[in-house]
Amino acid sequence: MRRMLAYSAAALAVVCGAAAVAADDGSAPSLTVTLDTLWVVVAAMLVFFMNLGFATVESGFARAKNCVNILSKNFIVFAVSSLGFLFLGWGLMFGDGNGFIGLKGLWFLTGADNSPATGDAYQGVYSAINWTGVPLLAKFFFQLVFCGTAATIVSGAVAERIKYLTFIVFSFAMAIYIYPIVGHWVWGGGWLAQLGFYDFAGSTVVHSVGGWAALIGAIILGPRIGKYGPDGKPRAIPGHNLSMATLGAFILWLGWFGFNPGSTMAANPSAIAHIMVTTNTAAAAAILSATATSWLLLGKPDLGMTINGCLAGLVAITAPCAYVSVASSLIIGLVAGVLVVLAVLFFDRLRIDDPVGALSVHLVNGVFGTLCVGLFAQKEIAEAVGGVAISGLFFGGARQFVVQLIGVAASAAFVVGVSFLTWLVLKLTLGVRVSAQEEIRGLDIGEHGMEAYSGFQIFITQ
Amino acid sequence: MKLIVAYIQPEKLNDVKQRLYRREVYKMSVTNALGCGQQRGYHEMYRGVDIEVNLLKKVRLEIAVNEDFVEPTIQAIIEGARTGNIGDGKIFVVDLAECIRIRTGERGKVAIG
Repeated sequence: MRRMLAYSAAALAVVCGAAAVAADDGSAPSLTVTLDTLWVVVAAMLVFFMNLGFATVESGFARAKNCVNILSKNFIVFAVSSLGFLFLGWGLMFGDGNGFIGLKGLWFLTGADNSPATGDAYQGVYSAINWTGVPLLAKFFFQLVFCGTAATIVSGAVAERIKYLTFIVFSFAMAIYIYPIVGHWVWGGGWLAQLGFYDFAGSTVVHSVGGWAALIGAIILGPRIGKYGPDGKPRAIPGHNLSMATLGAFILWLGWFGFNPGSTMAANPSAIAHIMVTTNTAAAAAILSATATSWLLLGKPDLGMTINGCLAGLVAITAPCAYVSVASSLIIGLVAGVLVVLAVLFFDRLRIDDPVGALSVHLVNGVFGTLCVGLFAQKEIAEAVGGVAISGLFFGGARQFVVQLIGVAASAAFVVGVSFLTWLVLKLTLGVRVSAQEEIRGLDIGEHGMEAYSGFQIFITQ
Repeated sequence: MKLIVAYIQPEKLNDVKQRLYRREVYKMSVTNALGCGQQRGYHEMYRGVDIEVNLLKKVRLEIAVNEDFVEPTIQAIIEGARTGNIGDGKIFVVDLAECIRIRTGERGKVAIG
């Protein structure tokens, strides 16, 4: 098989001339490869920086007594993702295989690969991602930071009550098989990709995958002590540091300029500029609509809702950012901001306790954003920016909407099922929840034996 | 007039407040406190070095009451704060010489209200 590939590639090289092998023969990389690689690694660094954003948003929205625990979780989750994705995740996601999982080059990136050769000149086992002309490790690092983001989403929803070790083990599960398998379906040339399902930067692959796993985790854990009164009504458990939460939200917003525009994986000037603006427009619109919604519905413009509105808009535009017009991104953002506020109230009613609003942001808007591809995609824009000619329902493409629905349903079913089993095994072995006494005193003392604000007087009456 | 001072577990404050409201005791002051009694402390570690934390976080309640409210207040605090474990806290009752409401200048029983 490999010999045949080599043979056909050699034949192609003869036909296409020297250009096809220029990057392959040890000569200096072309300017395009250099610029594309620079863009991809810079974008990856921005996405990496989102780890800090998540750490500060989550710890700010939680109570002071759990701050060390949340910061620790955010630190460790990226380390775990890095190793898990290197070990097996990348191979399952991008290795050549069947429609459901990758089968070649599974372990430690050991498959054959001649990146940055692209298209027909590519010889290797990671052919689903051969469309971008950057070295293998640039592809790997860029995809790795996305995997880390999916895994870190879980942290917020399960905060303030999950055992530290259980969370670490679940993060490995996210990086090793939950995230990569759905990723293979969509970005690894799997069955959803073949069906024509499009998710440009990961509303489904990253955000709703993280969201579904977080949902099951939050359900299995149950609400925090004191979240619901004896009458069953939800009580507010205010976060301890909204300055940190705001800092984190801005860091995440900045990171998204790597997340979405970087997903071109090529320094394509008009494409990255277009995506930059759709991304920012959706965030801005969602900030305003979430603030307005909370003002009208709850009486005051709640900063927590403003922050979650920003993130909701960013999540919602993640899938359609390369396929929709700037005007559509504005509408998508406006809807996302309303959705996130309603979702927070909805999850509270359902007795699903999500301390930071991760489900409302990543799950609800991940699903919404994925459907937006099927609603707002415009053929000319999608072709010029995203490289695929697709139209959404509002622009004469009913089929695309159905395909997006199938993608949402299939990824939901898979992640809910597999993460449920994983959480269940953890519950039966390590246990998932800390003792009531530890939860009341705070996980900082119970799990880590230290405090975030040593020497400060903080009320821990809640 | 008595001043009732109670040191309780911080997370029991809500329960105590509810019990007090039920007995129509609405006025109180609450402050953070550090303290130790029979309950031993716990150990923290900071970068590999052990710290013995002997003073634990408590909440201090101060309630000034007229004589007929002394027992109900004590009962309410006990009902709200008792878990049966070491560390539930203590209640001190001391005589109160005078009480003045700043706004009106009222003194004594009326001022306690």
